Amino acid sequence: MKRFILVLFLVGILLVSGVFTALAAEAPVTVTWWHIQTIETYMVVWQKLADEYMAEHPNVTIEITTLENENFKTKMTTVMLSGEPPDLFQSWGGGVMNEYAKAGLLLDITAYLDKDGWRDTFSPGALGVYSFEGKNYGVPRDMGMVGFWYNMELFAQAGIDNPPTTWAELIADVQKLKDANITPIAVGEGDKWPGAFWWEYLATRIAGQAGFNAAYSRKGSFTDAPFIQAGEKLQELVALKPFQSGFLGATWNDEATLMGNGEAAMDLMGHWAPGLHQDNSVDKLGIGDKLGWFPFPMVEGGAGGPADALGGGNGFIVGKNASPEAVDFLKYLSSVDSQIAQVEAGFCLPVVKGAGVSVSDPYLKIIQQAAASAQYFQLYYDQAMPPAVGSVVNDSVQGIFAGTLTPEQVAQAVEDSAAQEIK
Amino acid sequence: MKTTSVGEDVVVLPQKTRSTRRLQDRMTIVLFLLPALVLFSIFLVYPIFQSVYYSLFSWKGFGPAVNFIGLDNFKRILTDRIFLKAVGNGLLIVVSSLIIQLPLALALALMVGRKLRGRAFFRTIFFMPYVLSEVITGIMWMILFSPEPNRGFINAILILIPGLKAQPWLGDTRTVLLSIFVVLTWKFFGFHMLLYLAGLQNIPPEIEEAALIDGVNNRQMITLITIPLISSTIRTSVYLSVLGSLQVFALVWIMTKGGPVNASEVMSTYMYRFSFVRFQLGYGSAVAIVMLLISLVFSLAYLRMLRQTDYLN
Repeated sequence: MKRFILVLFLVGILLVSGVFTALAAEAPVTVTWWHIQTIETYMVVWQKLADEYMAEHPNVTIEITTLENENFKTKMTTVMLSGEPPDLFQSWGGGVMNEYAKAGLLLDITAYLDKDGWRDTFSPGALGVYSFEGKNYGVPRDMGMVGFWYNMELFAQAGIDNPPTTWAELIADVQKLKDANITPIAVGEGDKWPGAFWWEYLATRIAGQAGFNAAYSRKGSFTDAPFIQAGEKLQELVALKPFQSGFLGATWNDEATLMGNGEAAMDLMGHWAPGLHQDNSVDKLGIGDKLGWFPFPMVEGGAGGPADALGGGNGFIVGKNASPEAVDFLKYLSSVDSQIAQVEAGFCLPVVKGAGVSVSDPYLKIIQQAAASAQYFQLYYDQAMPPAVGSVVNDSVQGIFAGTLTPEQVAQAVEDSAAQEIK
Repeated sequence: MKTTSVGEDVVVLPQKTRSTRRLQDRMTIVLFLLPALVLFSIFLVYPIFQSVYYSLFSWKGFGPAVNFIGLDNFKRILTDRIFLKAVGNGLLIVVSSLIIQLPLALALALMVGRKLRGRAFFRTIFFMPYVLSEVITGIMWMILFSPEPNRGFINAILILIPGLKAQPWLGDTRTVLLSIFVVLTWKFFGFHMLLYLAGLQNIPPEIEEAALIDGVNNRQMITLITIPLISSTIRTSVYLSVLGSLQVFALVWIMTKGGPVNASEVMSTYMYRFSFVRFQLGYGSAVAIVMLLISLVFSLAYLRMLRQTDYLN
């Protein structure tokens, strides 16, 4: 009995002293941060920023979790359904983020943005992507667009002097490349969204902003003529068999590998492509300065502007359990210096005012100009619309690539899903 | 208290002690079963009831389910061409496993069961695929199947044979299911082989010796003696194989996600896509219930059929 009391006493002292120590120091805070930059040179940028912040704020510990793109999407699903989101995490904005916001899983940071002019540091268009029903849930870190990345040497070998500016020219160029025994296009259609870019761009060129808005607002329909024509144009391309062997099972990394090793002439990919090509290539160098960029060609008779951009950006949104320190760290991450560091590493087209001038990478410069001159910016369909619709778009467009679905069937599938999901 | 004299050798216990002991025995049994029963109820029975509940709603997974739609989900499932294809693929896998994987496992068990030099080594390497994680297996085989000969081992070997070209194994709708089946066989045959090995150990050697004295040849030995004597093991193996084939998920999802264009779709990938990619958890729950019913119907029919066989025996 005496021994029991003694043990109880000791435990009590330990507990009390522990509590006092904790109260005495500034309460330690942990910030969980999930990002998808798995490429080594990008990861170090984030780690450095986190280390700098932690040095200035000793009570804050930043736990970084790095996930590959597809794994991130999978893991996010389970985490969100369990209702315990991380504090800061990657987002592409749009429909998926809206679902999270509707479910109350995100922290409203509108008030934080209004303080000290944080809001004004961002380009308003980019910031708008991370807001829903007037409230802000995160901040952008870059905004880019999808375009063609091509191997200038392979194009020259096939006798193509200039990149195509119209769809007809693109088809002709594909034929020239085939005649020269070069794989014209690399596409990771196993992941489905790389192929969906083709259909979405064609729809953007043919239907234009008005056409998409009509269908999305449910005043029109995704079975309107422009969307069917987009499918028909894509069918025309697929019929030429311009893709690499096994493209239906290839991943987006496989696509980058082909480009990085100089085994395919072009691919339609986002602004992050060069780093991706390099990372996936055998010698980690990619094709160097043989890489060029050209915008998606104009489609004759299309209602869309020839410079309209399909794309999106990346940002970080805030989970509902995040502490004020987490939002403060987010502010740190969106500073001009941080943006410059990201630009220099090559994975960012900045959205913070003042950082734009730092873009020296020639590719990013070209894209920056193209994005700036775009009258209309279409967010990727699988982010702009609710997840279910986006998934149907991706799945159905794969049917055109495989020759198992007609353009009408694709349009109908998207329309059916939109009718069900978009109210 | 009764006293016994030396002559009596019967001890009669009072009635009270016997029934108390029976009660104590019962309580002990219940107590030992309780942890397993609790876990089973929480993690298996309760979620099944939850699934049945959610399958009657249209629900995105966030917040409570509020949009009651009755049996609409089930109607949609039974009329969806893609689900029916998934069921068809599932049945294909089941039948292929029964006619290829199990006989292979049995043959190897028979070979490895005998006194063979290095049989412990063979037993180990045959069993190793089963020990590998399904995710690692899927990723590894994706690389092996790669359509580029400088990355995919299978195509690298294939093009050495004159006249053959590199094939896109996982990218072609005609070869994808076959490729997945190869991986499934590779992964799971070791488990069935082990089951059969255990069954073979149970055959009394006297029977085999007696048969040899009677002059049976190898084929007769196997068909007339060995296989009938391990029939209960075979029945178990078939049961596990069918259920496993109906529910295969990880390997298919990792390698193809059910694609391309649903060529390798199975019920579990269909369920996963609708639940966790499209956030239609009500529908996904309905698919889960349909899968449960299919497995349940098979189980009950199979066990009933076996019971009759045993009775006839």
